[in-house]
Amino acid sequence: MGIFQMTKTVIRNLLGGPATRQYPAVPARTSPLTRGHVAFDPSTCRSCSLCSKRCPCEAIRLDKEAKVWEIDRMRCIACGDCVEGCPFGSLTMEQAYLPPVVEHVVERYTITYVKPEKPAKKPAEESAGA
Amino acid sequence: MPERIIVPFGPQHPVLPEPIHVDLVLEDEKVVEAIPSIGYIHRGLEQLVQKREYTEYVYVAERICGICSFIHALCYSQGIEHIMGVEVPDRARYLRTIWSECSRLHSHLLWLGLFADSMGFENLFMRSWQLRESVLDVLEDTTGGRVIQGTCKVGGVRRDIGQEKLDEMHRALDPFEQNCRDLGDVFLNDDTVKYRLQGLGVITKDEAYDLGAAGPTARGSGVAMDHRETGYAAYGDLGFKPVVETAGDCYARCAVRVKEVYASIDLIRRAIEEMPGGPIDVKVKGTPDGEYFSRAEQPRGEVVHYLKGDGSKHLARARIRTPTLANIPPLVKMLPGAQLADVPVVVLSIDPCISCTER
Ligand code: SF4
Ligand code: SF4
Repeated sequence: MGIFQMTKTVIRNLLGGPATRQYPAVPARTSPLTRGHVAFDPSTCRSCSLCSKRCPCEAIRLDKEAKVWEIDRMRCIACGDCVEGCPFGSLTMEQAYLPPVVEHVVERYTITYVKPEKPAKKPAEESAGA
Repeated sequence: MPERIIVPFGPQHPVLPEPIHVDLVLEDEKVVEAIPSIGYIHRGLEQLVQKREYTEYVYVAERICGICSFIHALCYSQGIEHIMGVEVPDRARYLRTIWSECSRLHSHLLWLGLFADSMGFENLFMRSWQLRESVLDVLEDTTGGRVIQGTCKVGGVRRDIGQEKLDEMHRALDPFEQNCRDLGDVFLNDDTVKYRLQGLGVITKDEAYDLGAAGPTARGSGVAMDHRETGYAAYGDLGFKPVVETAGDCYARCAVRVKEVYASIDLIRRAIEEMPGGPIDVKVKGTPDGEYFSRAEQPRGEVVHYLKGDGSKHLARARIRTPTLANIPPLVKMLPGAQLADVPVVVLSIDPCISCTER
């Protein structure tokens, strides 16, 4: 008979627990590779601007003079290209997804990296950081 | 003669995941003509190729579609590799095959769910999506993204799958296949499904061929055409036979997809068993100069990426033909004769993916 095909599945579903997770009480499933959001470390960024050149969505803006690094979270597609391209390891991909927002805000960081002084010469500029 | 009325179907409709609009000309409850219109979500992604470096466009190509994303990236990368004469390492070809088949699995399971939903079989819908979730979990564990994998790149793949994970996947395939067979059994043998689908939306082999149907829509009508047969990625090594049904109705198209789920599981199993070692990518130097028609088999049919490079780091032109575009003329042919209540089922039977179609 062709009408009891589903019965086995129905019985199994009745006996088994729910298949869904009680989010947000139970956190969402992630894996170590999950691309959640990009995290920036202002103390190691050397303003090379490779990340902003690579980003396929133009989500990163860098102002070398003002030492400002900005990311537009609404443009970022979490592709990870900037993380792969940063030669100084200032960018990392975090697993957590960012919560939804209701306003368009650009996240702004001030780069605090200070170029180490060359030992032989006299100290030139000290106040590079902010 | 009964009065003719026009009933608009879509772009917003409970069964449609994406916006397509069809004007249905009805006589009483019967469709006599269908006039489709698309163009709701055009994003200009082909134009973007002139503004993004050819290596970065992979990310854009991947986002053309939210379901067959990996295969878009694969097709694009293959095209560039052909233009530049890059030889992809064996392990990368196998990994690409595994991820392509995982994409096909989750796409078909998604479709089976939506299709069950369009028939009003809610329980089956949830069961299909429950199975799909386990495929998505594997994709997330191995690539970092559930639907947008971001692992394909020009010259190979970005991430490797460790032996441990491969073994785990291999062990998980048997119970997963059993679950899929239980699910497929309902689609193929349940009387409610059969009564609803058999003889509905028929398109003959010749019509399917003449109208340029692609993928399961063509194979459901007996046109044995599957681009995987040409052996791109690792399909050549693994050997592959297309799944073909001959009836040409909604049931046949459904059967093709159910059996392709089994075929994909088998391909993944063999790819894991035969996985070669070695590097996963090669360094790509230079810029593409030349043109190429790159083709790959997506869950919905054959996708064509036409790529033209002019020796700069931006491509000069890209043109993408997606399977749903090819399947709209057959759809227009299928609809006349159907009852209004059957229209959602017939429309879904071609597995419309509109974001692909409009790019
Ligand atoms: S993750 Fe991708 S989209 Fe986001 S900022 Fe980095 S390169 Fe741009
Ligand atoms: S984050 Fe990295 S890639 Fe971007 S400017 Fe700073 S150092 Fe360069």
